[in-house]
Amino acid sequence: MTFRYPEDQQVRSSHVERPVVEDFLYYEAQLLDAWKLEEWRDLFTPDGHYVVPSTDNPDGDLAMDLALIDDDEEGRRGRVQRLMSTYAHIENPRSRTRRAVSNVRLWDHESGDLGVRCTVVVYRSRVPGTTSYVADVHYRLRPDGDSFKIAFKHAMLDHHTLRDVGGVLSIIL
Amino acid sequence: MSGFAPESSRVAEMVRVSPRQTEYLRDEREPNRFLVHRKVFTDDEILARERAQVFSKCWIYVGHESEIPKSGDFVAREVAGRPVLFTRNSDGEIRVLLNSCSHRGAEVCRERRGNQRRFRCFYHSWSFSNNGDLITMPDEAGFPEGFRKEDHALSRPEAVDSYRGFVFATFNPEQEPLADYLADAKYYLDLTADQAPGEAGMIATAGTHEYSMRSNWKLLAENSSDGYHAIPVHKTYLDVQRSRGDDIAGSTEKDWKESHAFDLGNGHTVTVKQAPWGRPVARWVPSMGEHTKEIVAQNKRRLVDSYGDERADMIANLDFNMLIFPNLVINNIMAIIIRTFYPNAPGHMNVTAWSLAPGDETEEARRVRNESFLSFLGPAGLATPDDNEALESCQRGYEARPGEGWSDVSRGMDKAEPANWDELQMRTFWRHWDDLMGEKE
Repeated sequence: MTFRYPEDQQVRSSHVERPVVEDFLYYEAQLLDAWKLEEWRDLFTPDGHYVVPSTDNPDGDLAMDLALIDDDEEGRRGRVQRLMSTYAHIENPRSRTRRAVSNVRLWDHESGDLGVRCTVVVYRSRVPGTTSYVADVHYRLRPDGDSFKIAFKHAMLDHHTLRDVGGVLSIIL
Repeated sequence: MSGFAPESSRVAEMVRVSPRQTEYLRDEREPNRFLVHRKVFTDDEILARERAQVFSKCWIYVGHESEIPKSGDFVAREVAGRPVLFTRNSDGEIRVLLNSCSHRGAEVCRERRGNQRRFRCFYHSWSFSNNGDLITMPDEAGFPEGFRKEDHALSRPEAVDSYRGFVFATFNPEQEPLADYLADAKYYLDLTADQAPGEAGMIATAGTHEYSMRSNWKLLAENSSDGYHAIPVHKTYLDVQRSRGDDIAGSTEKDWKESHAFDLGNGHTVTVKQAPWGRPVARWVPSMGEHTKEIVAQNKRRLVDSYGDERADMIANLDFNMLIFPNLVINNIMAIIIRTFYPNAPGHMNVTAWSLAPGDETEEARRVRNESFLSFLGPAGLATPDDNEALESCQRGYEARPGEGWSDVSRGMDKAEPANWDELQMRTFWRHWDDLMGEKE
């Protein structure tokens, strides 16, 4: 069961309009840029996963290969607990981040969730300088009232290594 | 557990090691002090000398045999600053070939990994076998009389050898055999390789962590086995583990049990202890989740069946952070990390890291391992990014006053049995580094 939007055709959702999804993606970006990370954490379903594959292995086996981030609910809770602490030294003082979300595509995923693909550029600024992460992000979203919960978020960095984007990935994409 | 202490640990450091005062080090007695001059972190000439005296002389880690299981498999990477192809020739023998055409120097391969019988340079189409031999080139008849293809193979290191799957190369024609060079580090490589009792052996899993730090490479050699920094720098990791139910005091003396630091010879060092985290190989702790308990127990039973209780217990419970001089770290902690690093400039290094796992691990066991690895390790883990920050912060300090000041590395130097959170491991590294840097070319 692939989570990918097909590369060679246009597909769309039969029942969800793009602006509704864009509003949700902008809300997620707004929370992350404002460091409202506990609220971000609560956007996920309990069985949700947040994955950033290793830069040399973007199409890797999600079950077996080493990713950069592979957070289940406990993982997200720990990551947010850490980042909200003043002892997360690399994020103290916190980076300023600004996300631009675009190229949003939707389709009806075979799981019953809504498949979403978008391009995300994140500018991360600290006193020593600014870098930018460019990611091809796939989601599976599940309806939740008049909004959504994230069942799966897979952020594939375009960078071949982390060496030209500040060395590490200490923020949430 | 016993038997892991090398010969060198029988004699106290201050008795075993002679004092010295060199351009870079102050290793003094009465009073005991150990200082490293901070110009070693900022000076371009010192880096040039390191390239010649350290990286071109020692055995340098290339990769793990499991990365290239079949004939023709290759990985392109840098080793000691040189672009190489880590490959197997048609006879299945491991080759390390300089990825630079013998004709004019362009890369003969521009993919990062794959399987190829030939490497063809795109510039003039010279084509080489995966043994490095020049096979064909266009208009061969146009070369002058006396031109012999056998004189134009791809360049190779002086020697390539492996130990328990770990492959090293050296560019030094006078380097001693790898097994001698590794000295007492072999004991710990055995402990690592023995984590996979089955025929599949240990493998470097797919997914490489390729990141960088704006700091001098020797700071990472220090940091990778620095038990003293763990509590202050990694408080958020320890707090998260504690909030998941682990018994973590957040105190250096309480959390590192039975800890030691050893000199393994030739600049190699190890710190051993029982750390407060869990180990997929098999020490279960609550933060790993109830559902993983049986998987970890199965891993342990496999070890006991293969090696007996005593060695299984050692493999399962002995945490260690090892540095194989100059730039290979194998930390057998909450998972096994292989980490190597190389300086681009005095204040910048590239870091590459892999997870080492049993090759026949089940999906469930691999998930336990990956979660354990990523809970701490990697450039997006809960701990490693703060090491980056600490090392970059040190580097900014040195660069603010280039060529000035000394760093203190004296902790525990008067102890007969120094601990993990002492600094014997760093002094051992520095003394060997100083020996090599002091040698005349």
